[in-house]
Amino acid sequence: MPTIQLRDLCGVRSGDKGDISDLSLFADDDDAFAAISAVVTADVVKAHFGDLVRGPVERYEAPNVLALKFVMHDALGGGAPRSLRADNLGKTLGASLLRLRVDVPAAVAAGARRRRAPLDRSAP
Amino acid sequence: MTAMTVRIGGGQGFYGDGHDPVEALLESGVDYLVCEALAELTLAILQKDRQRDESLGWTRDLPLYVAQALPRLVAGRTRLITNAGGINPLAAGRAVVGALRDLGATGLKVATVVGDDLRPRAADLGLPDDVLFANAYLGARPVVAALEAGADIVITGRVADAALFLAPLVFEHGWTWDDWDRLAAGVVVGHLLECSGQVTGGNFSGAWWENPDPLRVGFPIAEVEADGSAVITKPAGTGGFVTFDTVREQLLYEVHDPRAYLSPDVTADFTSVEVRDLGGDRVSVSGASGAPAPATYKALVCTPAGWSGEARFAYPWPDAEAKARAAMSWVRRRAEANGVAVEEWHTELFGVDAFGGPTVDLGAADAAAWEPPEVIGRLAWRAADPGTVSQVASGVGVLGLSGPPTIAAAGRARDGKPSQLLSVDATAVDRELVDAQVVVDVTEA
Repeated sequence: MPTIQLRDLCGVRSGDKGDISDLSLFADDDDAFAAISAVVTADVVKAHFGDLVRGPVERYEAPNVLALKFVMHDALGGGAPRSLRADNLGKTLGASLLRLRVDVPAAVAAGARRRRAPLDRSAP
Repeated sequence: MTAMTVRIGGGQGFYGDGHDPVEALLESGVDYLVCEALAELTLAILQKDRQRDESLGWTRDLPLYVAQALPRLVAGRTRLITNAGGINPLAAGRAVVGALRDLGATGLKVATVVGDDLRPRAADLGLPDDVLFANAYLGARPVVAALEAGADIVITGRVADAALFLAPLVFEHGWTWDDWDRLAAGVVVGHLLECSGQVTGGNFSGAWWENPDPLRVGFPIAEVEADGSAVITKPAGTGGFVTFDTVREQLLYEVHDPRAYLSPDVTADFTSVEVRDLGGDRVSVSGASGAPAPATYKALVCTPAGWSGEARFAYPWPDAEAKARAAMSWVRRRAEANGVAVEEWHTELFGVDAFGGPTVDLGAADAAAWEPPEVIGRLAWRAADPGTVSQVASGVGVLGLSGPPTIAAAGRARDGKPSQLLSVDATAVDRELVDAQVVVDVTEA
């Protein structure tokens, strides 16, 4: 099976509640949802974040919107008003999840629809 | 009540949100303008305000929202509901009444909802002696009571975000408090609208660069039927977009278990919601199911958590990362050598892995002999008091001429200035204890 980086396959949004980081990962069709459901497990996410996430990671599924939800405990340095991190709300943690590389069926990799933003260095 | 469509506008998603998009909501003729002002971090900011001045502790742009909505408020065509009262809703109410007087408006009814403040019950709840604020998340009931009393403006403290939007739906559609599916539908609508532009193209992780007018992102409108089904849309002529993708990203935002989203009024199953893109910036949401609310209210308890300071060190290629690491290490070692009582150190390297941490494959970068063109090191520290924080800062400036070479200033951040840290912890409290102290007061301005 080909390896693909989640940035090419998924959307993501991060939020916070106290010291919990709450990430949603969105697939673009049923096959991609099945593929990420099979490989992006709570354990994989926990390992991916290493010591950025000190507590357990729980996974939930929302098949109605083709999404996986990860609830990561002890993940924000004590919570926004207490944290020494620049990103005390963990808004960037979703982007960091997109760095993960996973193996998916060839058809899913070929059908990946996430595009990269055009970069225009001449724009004012 | 009647089987009409209720139109609700999400006028605010945080303290500091834009005011221009509110004009378009009002022009489009919303029945309710709902302004959600309170993130967890906002409560901590308001606490710092109230520490300085007992008449503060509410979001101070509230009178501006009132002024914007005034023509429609006076005409009886829109009502305003907001939790801008923060941790001092009575003071916010007084400020609004004063603002209405200044604007020459008469005859409007202003309601305040208090009772979320748990400090009067500190002993019963075992709150810590050094508590700075302690607030329960109230539900929609006291807001409905205010609407039933004829309020044109409802100002609350810590009412749950989505409950602010649920309340007018309960009031207008006559939903009962055990109609779990309807209540869940209202919470879904509220949750989709409570972050303003985040459902209309803001923070969108898809093709965000295709936003047709990113400077004028429209704030959301929900058109809600009596059965709880709704269309999420935005005012005509505004920027942003409302699509299946923008709606689903917001649907799951910060909800934890999507099968059991806990609110004070209902436990909502967000996986039961059918989201359909109708085209033309219209997305329908329907089919929500709900179950009884949790037996307790969620509450937040804030206590002091020490003080922090930080300093930033910017270095260019070559050896930018090594220089930034050395600068931060030297500041830390100087403080340690001087016996400064720092309780926690935190280092970050912007341009390397400040955000990504262990998710960044530095090995691949090293193998390619890649060096970042510049790196900013950020050193943060925590200590018990501001004086100790400042002692560390005194070792920062010396690096200007005695540190690693080619140091540059990274903006105008006031390095080393002490900033108070706060712990905000969630807990569960007995509903009856809270409900007994909830008071809805309506005065005519």
